[in-house]
Amino acid sequence: MSAPLLEIDGLDAWYGPAQALFGLSLTVARGEAVALIGRNGAGKSTSLKAVMGLVRRRARRLALDGADISALTTHRIARLGVGYVPEDRRIFTDLTMEENIGLARRPGRDGADRWPLERLFALFPNLADLRGRRGGAMSGGEQQMLAVARALVGNPELLLLDEPSEGVAPIIVEQMTAALRELKATGLSILLSEQNVALCEELCDRAYRIDQGELGWSGPMAAARLTAD
Amino acid sequence: MALDALAFQMINGLASASGLFFVAAGLSIIFGVTRIVNMAHGAFYMLGLYLAVTLADRLPGPLGYWGGLLLAALAVGLLGAAVEVLLLRRIYHVPELYQLVATFALALILNDAALWLWGPEDLLGPRAPGLKGSVELIGRRLPEYDVFLAFAGPAVLLALHLLMKRTRFGRTVRAATQDREMVAALGINEALLFTAVFALGAFLAGLGGALQTAREPANLNLDLAVLGDAFVVVVIGGMGSIPGAYLAAVLVALVKALCIALGTVEIAGLAFNMSKLTLVAEFLVMALVLVLRPQGLFGRPQAAAARAAASEAPLRPMGGTGRALALAALAVALAVPALATVWAYAPVLALDMLIAVTFAASLHLLMGPGGMASFGHAAYFGLGAYGTALAATGLGLPTLPAFAVGILAAGAGALLFGWFCVRLEGVYLAMLTLAFAQIVWSVVFQWEEVTGGSNGLIGIWPDWPFDSRAGLYLAALAVTVAGLYLIRRLIFAPFGHALRAGRDARMRAEASGIDVARIRWLAFTASGMLAGAAGGLYAFAKGSISPETLAVGRSIDALVMVLLGGLASPAGPVLGAGAFTLLQDTVMRETDYWRALLGALILALVLLFPGGIAGGLSRLFAGGRADG
Ligand SMILES: Nc1ncnc2c1ncn2[C@@H]1O[C@H](COP(=O)(O)OP(=O)(O)O)[C@@H](O)[C@H]1O
Ligand SMILES: [Mg+2]
Repeated sequence: MSAPLLEIDGLDAWYGPAQALFGLSLTVARGEAVALIGRNGAGKSTSLKAVMGLVRRRARRLALDGADISALTTHRIARLGVGYVPEDRRIFTDLTMEENIGLARRPGRDGADRWPLERLFALFPNLADLRGRRGGAMSGGEQQMLAVARALVGNPELLLLDEPSEGVAPIIVEQMTAALRELKATGLSILLSEQNVALCEELCDRAYRIDQGELGWSGPMAAARLTAD
Repeated sequence: MALDALAFQMINGLASASGLFFVAAGLSIIFGVTRIVNMAHGAFYMLGLYLAVTLADRLPGPLGYWGGLLLAALAVGLLGAAVEVLLLRRIYHVPELYQLVATFALALILNDAALWLWGPEDLLGPRAPGLKGSVELIGRRLPEYDVFLAFAGPAVLLALHLLMKRTRFGRTVRAATQDREMVAALGINEALLFTAVFALGAFLAGLGGALQTAREPANLNLDLAVLGDAFVVVVIGGMGSIPGAYLAAVLVALVKALCIALGTVEIAGLAFNMSKLTLVAEFLVMALVLVLRPQGLFGRPQAAAARAAASEAPLRPMGGTGRALALAALAVALAVPALATVWAYAPVLALDMLIAVTFAASLHLLMGPGGMASFGHAAYFGLGAYGTALAATGLGLPTLPAFAVGILAAGAGALLFGWFCVRLEGVYLAMLTLAFAQIVWSVVFQWEEVTGGSNGLIGIWPDWPFDSRAGLYLAALAVTVAGLYLIRRLIFAPFGHALRAGRDARMRAEASGIDVARIRWLAFTASGMLAGAAGGLYAFAKGSISPETLAVGRSIDALVMVLLGGLASPAGPVLGAGAFTLLQDTVMRETDYWRALLGALILALVLLFPGGIAGGLSRLFAGGRADG
């Protein structure tokens, strides 16, 4: 068996002096979708930030495609093929939708650009009419789609998704779920932090549950509902 | 008032507005992306001017002249890039205050570098080829170069607008101004972006300076003068807004132009020379904007400053050891006059130290418990000194009432300026305090009839029993001890708790019923009065004062003393002021390049010993290492 795409072992993370993650370990294989579940404040978002190098962290092993990334800065990690969709979307409100996309566009590690605008708009039809719209003038659902689209044009191999269903209308959650299933079918690996268990079940193969910064449980997604929390 | 005079002054004003705008725009762009207020930005402007004068002189022909100007600006941009890579990268993670003093240290070093390279004399550059003449406008002759400069401002404004809107670099800058982390998460090299942004900002400042070649001589005071003006402009226009910077620069320039054009006017039988009021006018514009729109004309409301959670140990009342140490220090201080027989210089040095301790303690009250970093504390020191001196010499008051007048003058100044300052936070507050101090300095410098202008005031001697060296020294000791005691009482009173609560969590403090702005205003005033007391002592100790007494350098001295001592410890200002005075009276006296020395000291402090002397000592005694 080849090495997993993302390999985390013994990950600690801090905000200032306060430790938020304690020895977290998990893996994501190529083409796999993995769910991170757990209560509010458990440390799901922090785990994703730690992978991106956005919080102070230390790990026994933190590797992407077999290569250590624990000493790399955020932009280098992104360039190795990690797309990040943060929890509050963090759209550039001053820039138009198209400028948001344009800023993020870069070829994948193989040099290919797999995400021309037409393909993005096929995935998220709502975005097609909003090219010139300022990010700040978009609705929450539109911003969420833009956040995913912005991550995709970096041509990632691994997508870190932080609560894409939070604060958006049910109809948008449905569209988002369909889009994510499509992405998974193309072979993209996904690490999804999500409280919406239904969405996780639609998409993910395995799940990890974080309790107060520590790994609480891990197993197949189908068994996740049965674990008490 | 004649219309032609106004038009003339307006073109002249627009020409100066252009230079100011370039500096302010660079400052704003750099702050937007890196969150650093570059105190060395005025120095970049000054270097741009010096370099341009040198290059335009050496290079032949019109091409040489204009090419020299451009080369000078580019060189300053390059210097900016080097500064970013070598210095700023090390201080992005330190608290805001340390960033401010570190870039100020850089300004000091650059100033001495200019002194070393170009000497102390003013340098006038050649006239601009092709623009040496003048044009006629409503019967007045306007220098062509001023007209050219008046147009250069809007041209650069347009160029910057296009850069920001149309280029990838510009979009990246705008995105990073909103959310740097997210920009990095998209794979954009943050470090490279920061370097480029700093280079651009430095280039703009350098260009602003270079373009003044044909208008004003290069001199070593320009850096701080321009920095103060640029802060006023940025505060008015709104930090981060380029059009705001232009509008504010024009507004300030036009108000000044109006004042000058009005000349002497008669109001209610009194003759006012309006042209001397230009500084006050600038202040009034800023005050008006701050009252109506605290974030500036085009600025966005400030987010509550996310304070780097510097876990500060809670203040404790002085323990037995502390009390013993304080008493021992007092005993030594009391014995100093007796030392004079063996070491004549001892009382002089000790008096300097006492004045410094009082001054530093006043700033420490503001910065430590108050959380407000003043970059213009010299204003209150100076108001105290001038108030005391004028009362003693002009009004002929005896020593003690004259001293009281000085303290009241400083208190009145702090009351007025503090009202505006306490409404701001962090770097905005620092900029505003510096701008106010610049204004006070300029008023003192220009108001010759009262302050003696650049000559200052002389013959300020205290009367009996303070007219002997020992008498004055003991009086100063009493003032210092009383000041320190009062501060301690204040800090441990409910007032002090409220002040610290407002510093640590403003929202929460306000929610629990504390009027934070009012508490801070009181602290600002108390601090100003104590600084005034130090200034009064200084006037009597030296016998003469000059605008130098309240120049920016003194504000920075106070900052260095507080930082040197350590911000977190109440004993900090005593240790810091003592050590600094010793250093100043020994090492720095010996060299022409004391500014660079001071700058290097500050940089070492920020980079190596952020806890100051007190922090270092308590760490030593605790035997533990600091938790990184
Ligand atoms: N910016 C921050 N500063 C300080 N503490 C934080 C910050 N963000 C999150 N935390 C703390 O870290 C812990 C984990 O938070 P987070 O990873 O956001 O949880 P989740 O995403 O699972 O809801 C929580 O206790 C939270 O309070
Ligand atoms: Mg979260």
